Amino acid sequence: MSTPFLSVQDLTVDFHTEDGVVHAVDGLSFGVEKGTTLGVVGESGSGKSVTALAVLGLHSPETAKMSGGILLDGRELIGAPRSVMERIRGNKAAMIFQDPLTSLSPYHTIGRQIGEVFRRHTGASRAAARDRAIEMLTRVGIPQPKLRVDDYPHQFSGGMRQRAMIAMALVCDPDLLIADEPTTALDVTVQAQILDLLRDLQEQTGTAIILITHDLGVVANTAHEVLVMYAGRAVERGTVREVLGEPHHPYTWGLLASMPRLSTPVDAPLRPVRGTPPSLINVPSGCPFHPRCDYPALAGPELCRTERPELSPRHGHGDACHLTLAQKQEIVR
Amino acid sequence: MLRFLTRRAIGAVLTLVIIAAVTFFLFFAVPADPARLACGKACPPELLEQARHNLGLDQPLFAQFTAWLTGIFAGRDYAGLGHCPAPCLGYSFVNRAPVLETILDRLPVTVSLTIGAAVIFLLFGVATGIVAALNQGRPLDKITSVSSLVGSSLQIYFVGTLALYFLVYENQILARPQYLPFTEDPLAWAAGLTLPWVVLSIIFTAGYTRMTRSTMVEQLGEDYVRTARAKGMKARSVTLRFALRGTLTTVITIFGVDLGALIGGAIITETTFGLQGLGRLSINAVTDSDLPVLMATVLVAAGAIIVFNIVVDALYAFIDPRVRLN
Ligand SMILES: Nc1ncnc2c1ncn2[C@@H]1O[C@H](COP(=O)(O)OP(=O)(O)OP(=O)(O)O)[C@@H](O)[C@H]1O
Ligand code: SF4
Ligand SMILES: [Mg+2]
Repeated sequence: MSTPFLSVQDLTVDFHTEDGVVHAVDGLSFGVEKGTTLGVVGESGSGKSVTALAVLGLHSPETAKMSGGILLDGRELIGAPRSVMERIRGNKAAMIFQDPLTSLSPYHTIGRQIGEVFRRHTGASRAAARDRAIEMLTRVGIPQPKLRVDDYPHQFSGGMRQRAMIAMALVCDPDLLIADEPTTALDVTVQAQILDLLRDLQEQTGTAIILITHDLGVVANTAHEVLVMYAGRAVERGTVREVLGEPHHPYTWGLLASMPRLSTPVDAPLRPVRGTPPSLINVPSGCPFHPRCDYPALAGPELCRTERPELSPRHGHGDACHLTLAQKQEIVR
Repeated sequence: MLRFLTRRAIGAVLTLVIIAAVTFFLFFAVPADPARLACGKACPPELLEQARHNLGLDQPLFAQFTAWLTGIFAGRDYAGLGHCPAPCLGYSFVNRAPVLETILDRLPVTVSLTIGAAVIFLLFGVATGIVAALNQGRPLDKITSVSSLVGSSLQIYFVGTLALYFLVYENQILARPQYLPFTEDPLAWAAGLTLPWVVLSIIFTAGYTRMTRSTMVEQLGEDYVRTARAKGMKARSVTLRFALRGTLTTVITIFGVDLGALIGGAIITETTFGLQGLGRLSINAVTDSDLPVLMATVLVAAGAIIVFNIVVDALYAFIDPRVRLN
């Protein structure tokens, strides 16, 4: 099997803080192919954003210690010189953030912010960059782009700002786009529009997308593959159909059960996964999910507490749990 | 912009009138007799009465104040001293000199002192603040923060007196502080003010360093600075174009306040270095019960603060497009 377009292998990110070492990402591996979308889900604090920022080399080398491999198009990014990373960011690999209002500079016009990425990476003239900015605003569906290009972010609505962010991320036709909760700050109808836009643009350009979200509904509608993260580790991975249709890991079961459905009555209580997310400074031994899991006894008296389950099988639909497939199928039924 | 300026100018004039009124009535709350001071030590009662009349002190307080106020706009006549054209700030109780002339005479001293020091402490403070912010937690940052702590705890008369003694009287490294008009000899002007500039800057730089550092650190943590980095912008352009822009808003606010306060009179600095600026003038006016001079210095000080406030607000609109002036 050839290496995927983006291949993350055994990635570890540790933050050295005053309270101790935060193991934000621990032995994480995944791949994303061009033209496909990987949905990354997991509770708050599971290391989704830290992973995204690591791929673009946006962690400060002083506080964050990284190891493992991040191969983009066959090129190793961990330890790459800053100038190389600056050339890749915004050009080959781009990112959009959760809150488009705070993520855009209040001091510069939308057109300038889009255009400067283009100028930086292509050396285009100011006029050409402006034309390109207008073209991008048209592509992401901003009405009257020739007028709005000179607006400041505060003159845009929330949905338009996120469209502008997307325009800015895509201005250099990146091969990889990381979207960190791109719709969380928006209302539901605008959310759907933004996700449609991302899908359309992906069809046109063949960009690989990593879509980070809390919302399994979003994953079901937009992603091809899914990665479920817990305490900085991958606990389940596979296609959308596999992971959402036939989940193997007890944590994924919890996530799916916590999701409100159209069929649930409005007054039915929301069921979050029992217990609280683990400390990343003192991560529970063995399977980090064991303090919150219902089935350690089933897997074996001490196994879950002492031995870390590996993600298996190595390819295809895999999960990190000591239960046997037969046991899981028995529980789900 | 025009509407903004008109509105603020009207506000400024009203504020100044109120400040003047408060100063005026406070002055008379203190039991001191300016007429006696003006008349001299051995003053016979009829001369004292004459002096009181000439100074207008025999009028009711409110009439005195309105006379002073109208004098500014329309000029006024003084018994025994003749007509004082608008803007008339009156005559000194002490030496009968026209107050306007005295102010115009002293203003360049204070302005020169302020502008020179301000250029130094602004540039130096902001630069060291940026360097510290970019080297957060490293030795350079720690050195800066310790020196700014030391700097801000120093007192002008202490540093100034030491510097005067060692740099001027003992070793003649610097010229004796004095004011020589810029228009006559720019070099002598700068030489005479170098020491006061440096001493004043030492005290003020510390504050700017710390303010710039902390705002810059905050700005560097902003989402849009992260976006700039995620776009592949070079590290230097990220700091200068993005983070510094937000930092300047804060710096300019404080700078405006400081400048206004300094123009009003750097009292301690002027006293330490024997410079005859507005600060000295106002202190002398207080000790001499010289009401017209006191009123004028208060007016200039308050006016400077108000004007710089308006300038700062107008500058905001240029720096931050979210700020609208109406
Ligand atoms: N710079 C940092 N220094 C120390 N700890 C950090 C740093 N950045 C992130 N962390 C920690 O790493 C953990 C993972 O954070 P991360 O932001 O990746 O979570 P997330 O999965 O994106 O959560 P959310 O859904 O809330 O965005 C958290 O416990 C967080 O406190
Ligand atoms: S390994 Fe054990 S504790 Fe972890 S999810 Fe599986 S059953 Fe639960
Ligand atoms: Mg996050």
